Amino acid sequence: MMSNGDTFAGLRFMRLGMLALAVGMFFGVIGGFQFLFPDFLREFLFTKTRPLHVSLVVAWIFLIAIGGIYHYLPRQCGMKLYSTRAVNWHFWVFVATGLAILGCYLSGQFGGREYFAFPPILSIPIFLTWILFGINYFMTVRQDKEPWPVYYWMWGTGIVFFFITYTEAHLYLIPYFRDTMVREIMVQWKSYGALTGSWNMLVYGTALYLATRIGGSDRYARSKMAFGLYFLGFFNLIFGWAHHTYLVPSETWIRTFAYFVSMTELFIFGKIIWDWRSSLEDWQKNQFCNAYRFLFAADIWVFINLGLALVISVPALNLFTHGTHITVAHAMGSTIGINTMILLASIFYVIRQELPQHVHADCSPQISFGFWTANISLAVFFTALILAGVGKGMYDGASFQDMMFSIRPFLIVFTLSGVTLMVGIWIVLWHGFRLIGVVQRAEHGAEAQPEPA
Amino acid sequence: MGDLERQGALVYQKYNCVACHQFYGLGGYMGPDLTNVVSNRGEAVARAFIAAGTATMPNLGLDSDEIDAVVAYLAFVDKTGTYPAENIEVRWFGTVDQEDDPK
Repeated sequence: MMSNGDTFAGLRFMRLGMLALAVGMFFGVIGGFQFLFPDFLREFLFTKTRPLHVSLVVAWIFLIAIGGIYHYLPRQCGMKLYSTRAVNWHFWVFVATGLAILGCYLSGQFGGREYFAFPPILSIPIFLTWILFGINYFMTVRQDKEPWPVYYWMWGTGIVFFFITYTEAHLYLIPYFRDTMVREIMVQWKSYGALTGSWNMLVYGTALYLATRIGGSDRYARSKMAFGLYFLGFFNLIFGWAHHTYLVPSETWIRTFAYFVSMTELFIFGKIIWDWRSSLEDWQKNQFCNAYRFLFAADIWVFINLGLALVISVPALNLFTHGTHITVAHAMGSTIGINTMILLASIFYVIRQELPQHVHADCSPQISFGFWTANISLAVFFTALILAGVGKGMYDGASFQDMMFSIRPFLIVFTLSGVTLMVGIWIVLWHGFRLIGVVQRAEHGAEAQPEPA
Repeated sequence: MGDLERQGALVYQKYNCVACHQFYGLGGYMGPDLTNVVSNRGEAVARAFIAAGTATMPNLGLDSDEIDAVVAYLAFVDKTGTYPAENIEVRWFGTVDQEDDPK
């Protein structure tokens, strides 16, 4: 291990990511209440709360994944970062761009695209920081002359394909794309599906990295199954987006192809983690108790989401689920149940690994409380969304307001469980944020008191 | 897409309408899908909703030029297809052919 203070640059990304999630969930809850009571905070419209929620939680995913990569490479993979100055630039440009985006939303300056509701000019610094990140990553990992474990490949692929798909998401700026509605909508949603695939590469790569480190063996990261997952994820990233656009007029073969591709990826990922869990000794589970349980939760959510993904990927069933809250359940189940649980595991793995030995004694009961509150709430939240989606799927098109009224009980449960979900995650984040701070201060020589972590 | 429709697309983006509305089922779920709102409800109704708001949709304060443009854009979108799809054929292995698909 290196002990240079610069190797802690990734932790700043992690702390910022935790702040982004905490605030993003708050805006999500406000949006939930606006769904129920359209007059709630009328001067602060849903057109603002929704993009604030979406952008902040997407920032959470990227910040923790990026922070983990910047942390793991120098601290645990024995490689000196190619440029710590580039890491600092990356961080501060990200902060400045993020603040500019939040300022645009709050002042009502929109670019008005789904997921990227900020003015497109602000994508330029995002592109530039991603170039910095990519150069830094590849120039760092090239120091490893051995065959790469699968997580290096996944991180690298995620970085390259984020750049490609984010570029693709901006093709609407060119008249050839935006002037034909079906072409525009297909390219837009193709890019969003592939963009999700690229961040899944970063997150699933992190999960396999953690599994390797907690288990103390590189066996899973070099197994045929892991590389099978990688190639399948890569294939899915390129071709598996079409379930977003089954109902947009298009060639049937596109739907058929996406249908078969969508069936496979999650299953293999779930199996790897399941097999890895079975192989762990009790002392390994206890040593990284928080990281272990968040990975365990992610695995359960993989299987739950697999069932739903299978349903919405069958075009004949997608006719019923498309454009309903079932799609939201799929998105929330994946981003909270899978991605967020993996990223929380990454945070608590870093804490356990880096805290001075005398600081931690046992797994904190407060984190356990937050963990269970978040996961039980998510289960209720997920179920309420599916039931609301079924109600909307049965909507005959007569009166939108009647349909919204009929699913209101499910939306009430969805909103209230969203509140408890936020509280559970906030408890976990508070401890994560605080303990990462202890790690940072300890690196600079400050004394830390013994406490559970 | 003509100049007015293009201007309408920009108005749709400027007010972040996608936060609440959908085209082809893609977008936010707080308001109805707008793919065929013009043929289903008529331009006059669409214009009135945008100009005055409703119990659940605020009056966003669009001026008359912006309303003309966004209604022209909605009429343009309306002509690109039908949502939810009509006259569909479900194949035995689960795929679906739609009337609007390119032949």
